[in-house]
Amino acid sequence: MADEQQQESTPAQAALWRRPAFRAVVFQALLVLALCMVGYYLFTNTLHNLEERGISTGFGFLSLEAGFGILQSLIEYSETHTYGRTFFVGLLNTILVSGLGIILATLIGFVMGVARLSRNWLIARIATVYIETFRNIPLLLQIMFWYFAVLQPLPRPKQSLSVGESFFLNNRGFYLPSPVLEEGFWLVMVAIAVAIVTVVVLARWAHRRQEATGQQFHTVYVSLGILIGLPLLAFLAMGMPLSWDYPALKGFNFKGGMVIIPELAALLMALSIYTGAFIAEAVRSGILAVSHGQTEAAYSLGLRPGVTLRLVIIPQALRVIIPQLTSQYLNLTKNSSLATAIGYPDLVAVFAGTTLNQTGQAVEVIAMTMAVYLTISLAISLFMNWYNKRKQLVER
Amino acid sequence: MKEHVPHPDLPPPITNVGVIGWLRTKLFSTWLNAGFTLLAAYLIYLTIPPLIDWAFIKADWFGDSREACTSGGACWVFVNVRFDQFMYGLYPAEEYWRINLAFGLLVLLAIPLFIERFHHKGILAAVILFIYPIVAYYLFAGGSFGLEAIDTSRWGGLTLTLVLSGVGIVASLPIGIVLALGRRSKMPIVKSVCVVFIEFWRGVPLITVLFMVSVMLPLFLPEGSHFDKLLRAMIGIVLFQSAYMAEVVRGGLAAIPKGQYEAAEALGLNYWKSIGLIILPQALKLVIPGIVNTFIALFKDTTLVLIIGLFDLLGMVQTAITDSNWLGFSIEGYIFAALIFWIFCFGMSRYSQSLERKLHTGHAR
Repeated sequence: MADEQQQESTPAQAALWRRPAFRAVVFQALLVLALCMVGYYLFTNTLHNLEERGISTGFGFLSLEAGFGILQSLIEYSETHTYGRTFFVGLLNTILVSGLGIILATLIGFVMGVARLSRNWLIARIATVYIETFRNIPLLLQIMFWYFAVLQPLPRPKQSLSVGESFFLNNRGFYLPSPVLEEGFWLVMVAIAVAIVTVVVLARWAHRRQEATGQQFHTVYVSLGILIGLPLLAFLAMGMPLSWDYPALKGFNFKGGMVIIPELAALLMALSIYTGAFIAEAVRSGILAVSHGQTEAAYSLGLRPGVTLRLVIIPQALRVIIPQLTSQYLNLTKNSSLATAIGYPDLVAVFAGTTLNQTGQAVEVIAMTMAVYLTISLAISLFMNWYNKRKQLVER
Repeated sequence: MKEHVPHPDLPPPITNVGVIGWLRTKLFSTWLNAGFTLLAAYLIYLTIPPLIDWAFIKADWFGDSREACTSGGACWVFVNVRFDQFMYGLYPAEEYWRINLAFGLLVLLAIPLFIERFHHKGILAAVILFIYPIVAYYLFAGGSFGLEAIDTSRWGGLTLTLVLSGVGIVASLPIGIVLALGRRSKMPIVKSVCVVFIEFWRGVPLITVLFMVSVMLPLFLPEGSHFDKLLRAMIGIVLFQSAYMAEVVRGGLAAIPKGQYEAAEALGLNYWKSIGLIILPQALKLVIPGIVNTFIALFKDTTLVLIIGLFDLLGMVQTAITDSNWLGFSIEGYIFAALIFWIFCFGMSRYSQSLERKLHTGHAR
């Protein structure tokens, strides 16, 4: 920072120069000036260079025809769609892998974090080995290991590994039957919605009754009964309106059913195992942060271990865990961009990769890509801050 | 009256001490726990013996082509043959001594830092941070002092990984300090500039930063200014890393009690003197574990440079396993790379943990 040295070498002659307020104004003015100059310099250079290379600026390219195919798309996409559409295809794929990754990593992390604190020596050891191994190996290496060393050498579709002629695993992906909803399934949906509402109302009523009279109600069992029973009843009443579409080998590849492409599977495995190790550490530190006196106090009040965990330990541990969890979710989302190394069509691979190479609109494409990640980061951290605040208010 | 003689204490029940006691409390305390133990033991039985069998007992270690791999286990011959490339990249073999000398020098310089009784740690650290990189640069790149010039495109392997992470951490430290001070500044414009800078780089993935420097840097600079790929990657890594470093340093600054700032002011020290003489020495000492942790993260992240076409350790492994003479040994290659990364990262994380414990005592508040 050149202007800083300038500031330091400014001789302190007049009394005015010695006033902190005046210095602050001068210093900041110099900073703004320097930033503007650097910005202007970069801007003119860029304009000049773009002109030289014959690249027109602006976002017009987004409405041009893309002309390349994408491996996996959650929305309708073909080569005739526009570059703008490739942006959304990539974005949705990024959201898909991050969302699934967050769910899996949280599950793995909580299980492993608790396991590491288990009183069972063997279980605790296994969890420790898992955490220390996967935390200390670069994520990219793990992604490439799962993809190039594990999933790619799988047999070709004709020699698929199969379970009961309905699940198939080969080097094109993992094929599984997909549910087909038939006429009358709407009633099941309605039943599920009704069951959820009933359970919520029931839980509130049980809580109020316990507050008022001290009588407990077996909310968990009754809720489970309602949640499973009601939809099941509707399902049977409508004559089981659900069938399965099984994948079947047609020619060189499978048709029908659902497929998890190996790129997605490798990325998902690596992301959730890697981030899971970090989440496990967060969970462990959160539980350790609750002092042992809390547990003892709960026991001396006569609470059972399960209730102690649920009502005393977890609410306090969450306070420590949630901020760390937030940053791990953010990391996972950002790390999903490593997809480009194995060709999973996420935002970076599709948009900042293929689209950038085809159009040459580097500035616009990189700016859009970065803006997406910044927005996601900001949104997740805002949500987590809100959640954090709410949790802390409830505590006090 | 007879004096009361108590019976001698009975020994604890045999089921509560020794191996049986340990088994009972640690492995079979409840039925559920016993079930978990048996399940875990079964899983270990399923995975570990075949793994050891594959990696050691049935493995082939020596040879010079894939024909040496006949036992059906791991083919470490592959790693053996490619070992030099994994370590030094495409650096000419007769010049390996330059890399060895540079790293040997670093180790020699760094050893006294870990000796408690050595008192000139500050001076030595300054030598490592400011003078050593220049020496190392001339050793690596050559081109003067009678050393053959070696283009950066031939740097690779573990050497490149270490160079990138070393440069990343050393260069980002001063920038990070300035940014952290800026973020705590009372001047609104300075503060907001620093906040925006830090949050921007922290909000985007490193891979987009690397894409940015590799495609946009040539656009930003005047025509004809040529940057080599390695330098571009370094610029990206330093920009990215300095934001994280700023947050680490900020944590240290926040941990210094307000009284220290006020005492410095009361002594009549100006801003830079109070920061330089009072605050930073204490804050930096506090954040050493944090710096080591960011270094670990950076060390792992340097693998990303393979996506923009530089060949670090992982990049070299990746090219080696796609070599048509050695197809089918990807697992061995990845495991070797993973082991190297693991040793470095695990070692550093243990070091940072012990440091944390050591530093914690003096600053318990």
